[in-house]
Amino acid sequence: MSHCDKMVDAGRRRFLGGAGFAAAGAAVATMVPVQAKAAPGAARVDYPSNRLANISDLKPNEPVTVAYPDTDAPGVLLKLGKRVPGGVGADGDIVGFSTTCPHKGFPLNYNAGDKTLNCPGHYSRFDCESGGQQVWGHATQNLPQYALRVDDKGDIYAEGVDELLYGRLSNVL
Amino acid sequence: MAYKRQIDRLPIVPKDAKEFNVTCHYCIVGCGYKAYTWPTNKQGGTAADQNKFGTDLSKQQGAETEAWYSPSMYNIVRQNGNDVHIVIKPDKDCVVNSGLGSVRGARMAEMSYSQQRNTQLQRLTDPMVWRYGQMQPTGWDDALDLVARVTVAVINDMGEDGLFVSAFDHGGAGGGYENTWGTGKLYFGAMKVKNIRIHNRPAYNSEVHATRDMGVGELNNCYEDAELADTIVAVGTNALETQTNYFLNHWVPNLRGTSVDKKKAEFGSEPVERGKIVIVDPRRTVTVNACEVEAGKDNVMHLAINSGTDLALFNAWLTYIAGKGWTDKAFIDASTKNFDKAVAANKVSLEDAAKLTGLTVDQIQKSAEWIAQPKAGNARRRTMFAYEKGLIWGNDNYRTNGALVNVALATGNIGRPGGGCVRMGGHQEGYSRPSDAHVGRPAAYVDKLLISGKGGVHHIWGCDHYKTTLNAFKFKQAYKKRTDMVKDAMMSVPYGDRTAMVNAIVGAIKKGGLFAVDVDIVPTKIGEACHVWLPAATSGEANLTSMNGERRMRLTEKYMDPPGQAMPDSLIAARIANNMERVLREQGKGQYADKFKGFDWKTEEDAFMDGYHGHEAGGEFVTYERLRAMGTNGFQEPATDFKDGKIVGTKRLFADGKFKSKDGKATFMETQWRGLQAPGKEDERKKWPFLVNNGRANITWQNAYLDQDNEFVMDRMPYPYIQMNPDDMSELKLKQGDLVEVYNENGSTQAMVYPTPTAKRKQTFMLFANPNGVQGNVVSPGVNEFVIPNYKQTWGNIRKLADAPEGVKHLSFKSLDYTA
Repeated sequence: MSHCDKMVDAGRRRFLGGAGFAAAGAAVATMVPVQAKAAPGAARVDYPSNRLANISDLKPNEPVTVAYPDTDAPGVLLKLGKRVPGGVGADGDIVGFSTTCPHKGFPLNYNAGDKTLNCPGHYSRFDCESGGQQVWGHATQNLPQYALRVDDKGDIYAEGVDELLYGRLSNVL
Repeated sequence: MAYKRQIDRLPIVPKDAKEFNVTCHYCIVGCGYKAYTWPTNKQGGTAADQNKFGTDLSKQQGAETEAWYSPSMYNIVRQNGNDVHIVIKPDKDCVVNSGLGSVRGARMAEMSYSQQRNTQLQRLTDPMVWRYGQMQPTGWDDALDLVARVTVAVINDMGEDGLFVSAFDHGGAGGGYENTWGTGKLYFGAMKVKNIRIHNRPAYNSEVHATRDMGVGELNNCYEDAELADTIVAVGTNALETQTNYFLNHWVPNLRGTSVDKKKAEFGSEPVERGKIVIVDPRRTVTVNACEVEAGKDNVMHLAINSGTDLALFNAWLTYIAGKGWTDKAFIDASTKNFDKAVAANKVSLEDAAKLTGLTVDQIQKSAEWIAQPKAGNARRRTMFAYEKGLIWGNDNYRTNGALVNVALATGNIGRPGGGCVRMGGHQEGYSRPSDAHVGRPAAYVDKLLISGKGGVHHIWGCDHYKTTLNAFKFKQAYKKRTDMVKDAMMSVPYGDRTAMVNAIVGAIKKGGLFAVDVDIVPTKIGEACHVWLPAATSGEANLTSMNGERRMRLTEKYMDPPGQAMPDSLIAARIANNMERVLREQGKGQYADKFKGFDWKTEEDAFMDGYHGHEAGGEFVTYERLRAMGTNGFQEPATDFKDGKIVGTKRLFADGKFKSKDGKATFMETQWRGLQAPGKEDERKKWPFLVNNGRANITWQNAYLDQDNEFVMDRMPYPYIQMNPDDMSELKLKQGDLVEVYNENGSTQAMVYPTPTAKRKQTFMLFANPNGVQGNVVSPGVNEFVIPNYKQTWGNIRKLADAPEGVKHLSFKSLDYTA
C-alpha cells in the first residue's frame, strides 16, 4: 500500500497494550475443561495509547499516514481547518481514521478536494468532516474513527476506535 | 456525529457451528450467503483449529478475506426455542456474488428479530385485531374466524368480486414459490378473484407485457453474459445502486477488461476487447460515474435523454441499424416474424429522434454503431440489453419495452452468449400460481375501484399502498374514510359477541365501508387503516425458495424461529382457506366449501411440493433435499433433469432459436412514438416547473420496511432525499438538508434537499417509497393501456417547509460519486 512509506516510526508506539491479555483470555475461556476455573476477561479490549504525531507535523488538509492500534492497521491523521465531529486540538479540527475500507478491506485514498476517503475497490466513500459517515457505498458501518488526545507538548495520541476494523474480529489483536 | 456501534470485537464462529444456505432476501440478484449459528455459551478461538474458517485470527486478515464479518453480520436470535449466536456472511463460493456483500444484504443478521439485542422489535408477534378502539393481540383462531366470517359474508352479498386482494407476486422476503402458491391457490384456485393487484402497481398485470407478447421471456440470459458482451446497453437501470453485486461482480470485469480471457476461451478467434457501455438515463447516476472510472470515458456513452423519450431512441436505433444492414438476417429469417413490418412502421429519422430525445444525431448514430456495427472480420457484435424501472415505470411501457426487444432481436442478441434482452429486476422472482386468465386484460384498476367505493373486504399481503402506489395522496384519503367507517362500527358492539360484531362490520360495509386484513411482518402504513393484522414469518424463519435475475433457484434454509406466533404466508393462506371452508359448511354451502379443500399443509415444504414441484415446468426434478445439496449456487430454471445427484438447469433461454409462441417464432412489434402516453402527463409537464424523477438508493431496501428500524440506515437517510441542482436551490433560497414540500395537483409530499451539481436544471430525483416522504403522493393516476403506472414522468413544484431538522444536521451532503 502506498501509505506504508509514510507510516510513523513503529518504535514510538506501544503495541498490543492489552491485546495479549484479551486474545488469550478469549481463547482460554473457550478451551478450558468444564471443571477448570473460568478466566476473567474484560468487557472491552484495552486500547493502547499511542503517539501518532505532533501537532507541528500536521499541515492543513495534508494527510499524514499513521497506523493504529498496531502497524497492521493503517490510518490517517488530518487537520481539516474547521471544527468537526471527533476533532481535537485548539481548533477541534484534527481527526484520525482507519484507511482500510470496512466493506472489503481495500486501502482508501484521500481526496483533498472534498475531504473524503475513497475506495477504489467498489467506490465507497467516507466524509472526514462528518465522523467518517459513509457518503455512499457498500460498507454496513461508518468509517472507524480514532479517539484522539493531545497533550501539552502537542503530541497526538490515539486511544481507541469507535467501530470494528476490517479484517480483525478484535480491534486489538 | 455519524452513527457508530462502538463494537470493538465480535464472538468468533466456532469450528462446529451449524451452517445454513442463505440467499439474500432483498434484491433480484440474490447473493449467496451462509448463516452460522452456535450456542450462546460457546465461542470459537483465534487459533486455526478453533474457528470455522481454519484461519489464524490473531493476525490481521487481508482484503476480501472470508474470515471476517462486520457487526451488522452478527446477532443473537432464537432457534428451536434456544438463544443462539448467528453470523450471516457472504459466501465466496457463490458464483453470483463471489463473496461480495451489499449494504443491504450484509445487514441481514442485524435486521433479524432479536429480543436479546433489541433489533427489529417492530416485528409482529401476534395476530392483532381492532378491539376497543386500538389494535390488540389475539390468537390465530379468533383472528382467522373473524377474517373468514367477514369474507364469507361479503362474498355472500357481493360475490367474489367483493373481495379485493393486494398481494406480492415475487420471490425473496415477502414472497417466494411457497407463498405465491399459497395465496394463488386461495384466490385463483379456491376462488376466482379478479379485483387483485400486485405490491407496486394498481392491477394484476405484467410489468413487461410486451416482451412476453413477442415470445421473449424477460429473464433470458445469464449473469456471465455481462462479462462476455462487446457492448452492454443499460436502459433506465442504476445497477450499481439497485443490482449492486451483479454490477460489481459481472459488469465491472468486462468494463475493466479483466474478462477478456473468458471471452477468448468462449469465442476462439473472434476479435474481443474490453467492453463498452451505453447508458440511457436522463440522470447522471453513480453507475455512470463508476463505468467511466472502470472503462474510461471513451468506452462509456451516457445518453441523457429527455425524460420519457426512450421509445423514439430505440426506433431510431432500429431504423439506422436496419438501414446499414447490420441485422442478423439468418436469425431473423429462422426465428422471427414481422421484421419488415416493424421496420417500416417504426421508421424515424435520426434528426427527428434527436429532436425528441434531446440527443445529437451523432450520439444516436454512434450508439447504434456500438450496438450493431460488425467487428473485424464481419463478426457479429455481441450486445446485451438490460432495462429496469426507468423503462418499466416510464412513458408508454408496452411500446417502449417492445421497441427495445425489437433492437435485440434484429441484431440476433437473444439466446446467444454475450447477449440477452433482460429486465434487471427488483425483487427476486418466485411466481407459482394457478392460471390468472380470469383476471382479464386489461386487468381491473384496483386502486381506482377502491377509491370509488367498490369492494367490501380487502386482503393485503406484504403490500403497503400508502408508500408504494401512484395517486397515493387521494388513495389514502379515500381508504382511511372507508376503513374508519368499519372501525367505528366495530367499537359499537362488544368484541366477544361474534355475531353482533360481524353484523356491525357488514352493516358498515353496506354503507360504503371497507374491512381490511393486513398480512405482513411489521406494522405498515396501510396497516394503520386495517382491522386485522396477521403476523408472517420472513426468509430464514421458514424455508423459502426463489430465483434470481438469471433464473438461479436456491433454497434459503430456516435458520431461526419466527417471532412469537408468526407463520409463513403459505400457511396463513391455508388457514384462511380452512376457516372459510368451515364457515361455509356451517352455513350449509357445502359445494362452495369443497373448493377450499386441499389446504391441509402442515409446513411450507408441503406448499412447495403442492405448488412448484407439482405444477411448474421442471418442478418434478426439484425438492428441498435436492436444493439443499445444490447450496448457494442452486441451478438455473427451468430444471430439465436430475442426474448424478444434481438438478440440471438451463443456462440461457431460447438458445435453440425457438421462442415462446405457438410457432416458436419471436414477433417484432410495431411501436410508433405517440408522445407522453398516459392521460394528463403532457399537461402536467407543461404546467409544472420541476421534473420529479424518482427511484431507489443503494442503502435502503424497497419501502424501508425493515430499514426504518435500523440505526445505520436512518442515520444516513432520515428523510428521502430530493437531488437538486445547486442553482435551482439558490433560486428557491434552499440550503442542504432543508425540508421541502413537493406538490402538484395530485397531492403533496416532503423530502430533504440534497445538492447535486450533476443534476440538470429543473430535473430533480426523489427517493421512492420512503415512509417519511411518499413520492407516490404526487404521481398522477394516469396509466397505460394495461394499467401500468407511470411514476417516472412526474412534474411538480417545490417550496420550503423548514430548515434542516436536528436529525439531519450531522449528515454529509457531499457528492455520491466516487473520486480517485
